[in-house]
Amino acid sequence: MSILQALDVGLAFLVFAVAAWTIFAPGAFAATVGYVVYGLLLSLVWIRLFAVDVALTEAAIGSGVTGVLLIGAAARLRAAERAGHEESVSGLSGVFAAVLCALVALALAGVVLLLPDQGPSLAPQAMRKLPETGLGNPVTAVLIAYRAFDTMLEKVVLVLAVVGVWSLAADRYWGGAPGEARAASPEPTLAFLAQILAPLGILVGIHVFWVGADEPGGAFQGGAILAAMWIIVMMARLTEAPQTNAFWLRLALVAGPVVFLAAGLAGAIFAGGFFAYPPGFAKPAILFIEAFMVLSIAVTLPMLVAGPPRREPRQ
Amino acid sequence: MTSATLAGLVGAALVGLGLYGLIANPQPLRKILAFNLMGSGVFLVFGIVARKGAAAGLQADPVPQAMVITGIVVAFAASALAVALVLRLFEAAGRATLDPDAWAKPPADGAGAE
Repeated sequence: MSILQALDVGLAFLVFAVAAWTIFAPGAFAATVGYVVYGLLLSLVWIRLFAVDVALTEAAIGSGVTGVLLIGAAARLRAAERAGHEESVSGLSGVFAAVLCALVALALAGVVLLLPDQGPSLAPQAMRKLPETGLGNPVTAVLIAYRAFDTMLEKVVLVLAVVGVWSLAADRYWGGAPGEARAASPEPTLAFLAQILAPLGILVGIHVFWVGADEPGGAFQGGAILAAMWIIVMMARLTEAPQTNAFWLRLALVAGPVVFLAAGLAGAIFAGGFFAYPPGFAKPAILFIEAFMVLSIAVTLPMLVAGPPRREPRQ
Repeated sequence: MTSATLAGLVGAALVGLGLYGLIANPQPLRKILAFNLMGSGVFLVFGIVARKGAAAGLQADPVPQAMVITGIVVAFAASALAVALVLRLFEAAGRATLDPDAWAKPPADGAGAE
């Protein structure tokens, strides 16, 4: 067994153990902390699968931003956890559930073992048309060019999620700001971290977006890193979340999908197909769309983490 | 056994674990967590399909990779909405349980003012 194989086996056990912890941990807070660790370990597995773009997304969104969301919720739900004496499924039905889940896992494992070594692949098609997009990263090409409609709709899903979250506000808070107000004297350690990390993180986020055209990276990953920086600054209470009725905020939220859709329609008129890019002009068009997507992602994710408005709007 | 097959087996185990957590954990937040775990297991199984589609000089098929990236973002959006619903329930009613029997009884303290 080579060193890499040994590392693979070790990593697999580690991922499984941390995943089991998030399910069986006694407290919700401990479980969510375990989930963040789990996400980071999982992104290592993605690297071993040579899917670096996915690894970046998993680390930034699957582990990082989702982790902040869940840890924040667990902290706020501590009172509910203490008050409730809910029984977990136990006894015969617990055994039944465990057997059922084991069967599902075993069936899936069987399918995994039965997969042929060389499966069907769209990689040749993706590579053949890659020069026409002007991109060097085939994953970015799939996201923004070949399956552009998918990606545009996904941006719409993000906007709908924000609308859904905001709709949960109490009537009197509608249009107000989510989260806590700016602190008069922020907690020093967190403020220090935010001041050191945010400028670097913004550079890294923009870099990851920019190199995403040719190397692993892209609008999702870069946007998520920028979003994380804003979240850190808000968590340190160096700044407060904007009012949800702010025009600039709403504009930034919809800019990504709107520009994407407009580019798609322009393609129908000028390039002979919905979401077609004119030959020779594909890369500038793609980067233009991606820039607005980065903006929208960087604004949408913090708004989803911040939750519904909790303060009355200032007039 | 290749690292791709190993990752696929981990994915299968994650789906089983997540499904169990979804059924067995009574708290809604733990259910959201378990659901995310299950989702990432599904993504991982899809990921080895990408790896087995290595061709044309690429180490993995880019199409499933792009779909997994889209999936991770959508899963986050769904989780954010679910968390907001749970927190709103807790704010409005003073408890966040899915147990119908608990709702038949009045709340323990004077919560539920909003």
